[in-house]
Amino acid sequence: MSAVVSLSNVHKQFGALKVLDGVSFDVGRGEVAAIIGQSGSGKSTVLRCINALETIQQGTIDVCGHALHDAGLNRRALHLDVGIVFQSYNLFPHLTVEQNIMLAPVSVKSVPKKEARELAREVLARVGMEAKAENYPEQLSGGQQQRVAIARSLAMSPKLMLFDEVTSALDPQLTGEVLRVMEDLARGGMTMILVTHEMAFARKVASKIIYMHQGKVWETGSGEMLDQPKTPELRNFVGGVSSDQASASV
Amino acid sequence: MTYHFDFAALLPYWREFARGIWLTVQLSAVSTVLGFVLGTLCAIGRADGSRGVKWLVAIYVEAIRNTPLLVQVFIIYFGIATLGVHVSANMAAVIALVVNVGAYTCEIVRAGIESVHKSQIEAADCLGLSRFQTYWHVVLRPAIERVYPAITSQYVLLMLASSITSQISAEELTAVANRIQSDTFRAFETYIVTGVLYLLLSFVVRVCLWLFGLAVFVRRRKLGTAI
Ligand SMILES: Nc1ncnc2c1ncn2[C@@H]1O[C@H](COP(=O)(O)OP(=O)(O)OP(=O)(O)O)[C@@H](O)[C@H]1O
Ligand SMILES: [Mg+2]
Repeated sequence: MSAVVSLSNVHKQFGALKVLDGVSFDVGRGEVAAIIGQSGSGKSTVLRCINALETIQQGTIDVCGHALHDAGLNRRALHLDVGIVFQSYNLFPHLTVEQNIMLAPVSVKSVPKKEARELAREVLARVGMEAKAENYPEQLSGGQQQRVAIARSLAMSPKLMLFDEVTSALDPQLTGEVLRVMEDLARGGMTMILVTHEMAFARKVASKIIYMHQGKVWETGSGEMLDQPKTPELRNFVGGVSSDQASASV
Repeated sequence: MTYHFDFAALLPYWREFARGIWLTVQLSAVSTVLGFVLGTLCAIGRADGSRGVKWLVAIYVEAIRNTPLLVQVFIIYFGIATLGVHVSANMAAVIALVVNVGAYTCEIVRAGIESVHKSQIEAADCLGLSRFQTYWHVVLRPAIERVYPAITSQYVLLMLASSITSQISAEELTAVANRIQSDTFRAFETYIVTGVLYLLLSFVVRVCLWLFGLAVFVRRRKLGTAI
């Protein structure tokens, strides 16, 4: 099987702080992997490393045929293959929804404006946002902004999509609409890695769940792993997330 | 004591006033465009350049902001002449104004650039935009939009400050006024008229920059937020 993403013994430090401590895992084509774990366990850092937003001190990362640990890495080519969606949407505030989406196809892939506009309408339809093409980000709700951010990534037809807690800033109703979009993507065969606190969603959509603890991959498995945790840390974590005492006990 | 105003004495000089205004407008317009480009490039250098570039820009900015414009004008005018290059007074005036306003613009635009969140640059990077494209589409526009009011004030000041170049006999409005008052011995009237003309010019500059802002910062216009 050809892995789309493959991490092997990845070490990452911020100064003296060890954040990733020998992380290894693979994600295959069409697979959906969910990374879960406590705050500070290194989940976001893993995603950022996969997209070359952080450099690593040791180990190897291969993403869509790009060797990220290699000094000759072509970041632009990597970013054409990988889309990322952030918790804070990061839409460009001075551009309309449509312009946000057209920017990269036009300036990076030299798609003619007219085609780019059609492309924008198409991806907006996929996330149910075609009615808001002319609006500015500040005129949209959080959930709508996040769906536009997903559409913006989709417009570049990535081979892999990364999602970093894309619903954490949203209330339950808006969370639902964003998760539905992600589920559609997964069903359409997109390879995805998502960091999430939505256990039910991870269980439903992900074929692989990666539990991180203190910078290590502590446990990996399918959804059942959450029902029968092998380690006390995961048992604790799952118990904590599903019961509301969690926040009180931390 | 009574003073008899005699503005009529200035009437024969209206052509000269007009020529002075025209040169002031030209000096200001050219310096505005070039100074803005210089200042923006310096701001990029200072915010995001190598150490050497940052230092160079810092030295330039501080040198300009801590010396009088008049001295800068003299240094450039006589300095260029000393180098054996002949430039007209008008050309020297433009260079001095550009160098001057470039430094102030640099500081204003830099503040704007620094107000653009790092996550915006990261998002552009992740979409595959080059550094240049990121600067052009994602950083500069919102940055300048945010500091545009400060820029407007700075360029009104520039137009007013251009009067200093009368000292190297660039034939702009103030230089014209100087000559007219020594012709007519009507100093008070001459400078009142000149002041009113500058007032009108300031107003025109403000309106032009405001219209420019409306044209460029489409979001502000559409959402009805003030510029
Ligand atoms: N740029 C940085 N500089 C220094 N330390 C950092 C930096 N980014 C992250 N860290 C640290 O690395 C550790 C892991 O951070 P990371 O953001 O990967 O955690 P996380 O698992 O995503 O947490 P959360 O669930 O809160 O988002 C934390 O202790 C964090 O403080
Ligand atoms: Mg995180």
